[in-house]
Amino acid sequence: MSAATAQSCLAANDWICGEYLRSRSEELTEATVDHVVITVTSVGIAVLLAFPLALLARRWRLASAGILGATTVLYTIPTLAMYALLLPVFGISVSLVICGLVLYSLTILVRNVLTGLRSVPAEAREAAVGLGYGRTRLLFTVELPLALPALMAGLRIATVSAVSLTTVGAIVDNGGLGNLIYAAMDSYFKAQVLTASVLCVLLAIAADLLLLGLQRLLTPWTRAAGGGRRARRAAGAEARDAVLDQRATA
Amino acid sequence: MNAIVDAWAWLTTADHWSGRGGVWQRLAEHLQLTGLCLLISAAVALPLAAWLGHGGGRRLGGALAINISNAGRAVPTFAVLVLLTISPVGEHGDAPTIIALVLFGVPPLLTNAYVGVAEADRDVVEAARGMGMSPFQLLFRVELPLAYPLLMTGLRTAAVQLVATASLAALAGGGGLGRVITAGFDTNNTAQVFAGAVLVAGLALLVEGALALLQRLTDPHRRPNRRAPDDERPPASHRPATTTPEMETT
Repeated sequence: MSAATAQSCLAANDWICGEYLRSRSEELTEATVDHVVITVTSVGIAVLLAFPLALLARRWRLASAGILGATTVLYTIPTLAMYALLLPVFGISVSLVICGLVLYSLTILVRNVLTGLRSVPAEAREAAVGLGYGRTRLLFTVELPLALPALMAGLRIATVSAVSLTTVGAIVDNGGLGNLIYAAMDSYFKAQVLTASVLCVLLAIAADLLLLGLQRLLTPWTRAAGGGRRARRAAGAEARDAVLDQRATA
Repeated sequence: MNAIVDAWAWLTTADHWSGRGGVWQRLAEHLQLTGLCLLISAAVALPLAAWLGHGGGRRLGGALAINISNAGRAVPTFAVLVLLTISPVGEHGDAPTIIALVLFGVPPLLTNAYVGVAEADRDVVEAARGMGMSPFQLLFRVELPLAYPLLMTGLRTAAVQLVATASLAALAGGGGLGRVITAGFDTNNTAQVFAGAVLVAGLALLVEGALALLQRLTDPHRRPNRRAPDDERPPASHRPATTTPEMETT
């Protein structure tokens, strides 16, 4: 009985279909893994590039204007155009999608690393200098830890955006779950489109929660002193951050 | 380098611009879709934001403002477009594109306008209330003018978002400039893909630049100052008691 109804949900082209999950689990897992690999690689490369760029921008005002201007322009370019612009360079390949995502993530990360470094209280910096800290030690043991909340906020935004933008990679056949969505569109295969879309959103939420957990582990001091008032102020700040970084989904 | 030369050749061929499916037609579709959906989004988002930010529902508004933009980031535009296209909505021409565009146009407008109104300087708002302004006067003569920079930021973000989303509509069979890119991919015509990308990216940058300029030109806070900058004025307590509180909000 259950097998009969399960079969029929594929035949009837239902939106929700258990039989689809069972029969195509391998394909779904593969696409999800691809999706995660593309996202993690892109954001990882972007983090490695964002630090030197942010430090450069902090050091020289001219570099700061150039880097911030260039990343803002990159951020304005729609995803489809970004991938298309990179086609002559990479051809149809996964590097094309990764490069596009690195460029988007960079914008968010550089800006947030800079904000974080600028938010380090001057007293903390002066105290460290007074204690005889050199520039490198100051950066790694005082400034970066204090900049961590802003950095992690940027990392979360960049990662969630990357998960979503990876789907557009379907245009060059490297979109992870986006491939399943694109392939199912022409045949109106509803179960596949819905399942892949939901998996995408779940991936984004899981990544966000994972990074939030990591942030709490790395910055225990932001919680320790937390009263209701501080938390509320943080919520206000979050609303303002949200204002700054909203468009990255197309 | 070849790609740029080829793309230039494509762009300078008059045939590619005129007629059915030409660049002019696609551009017109793109602008129509974007403009229409920006109006609908603003009509939905702005009254809601004004009500939430001005009224007592501020706690609800804050949560909504943060979450709606986070959600907008986590949900892939491409997935929403395809889902709408293969749903019953897809039988009605441009309906899937319009609905998707409005869905992604509302969050930046709502969040920015809400934060702008809710965070309008409380002292000024209290002063206005003390002067006997009605809630409507308060909203239109104090809170909205104070929120103006953020309102415009929201409008700009939404407009760029809509231009980007409209280009993705081509992937799901909709119109707009994205069609130039997808058609190029379908026929393995790299020159056309690149040319289309230049057009889409150019349009996005143009919209961003034009609105940034408009924002700068119309910002009420940038009008020629009729009073000295704050730091040159004597502190309020030193001024004659007869001075009315300054209400320079327009």
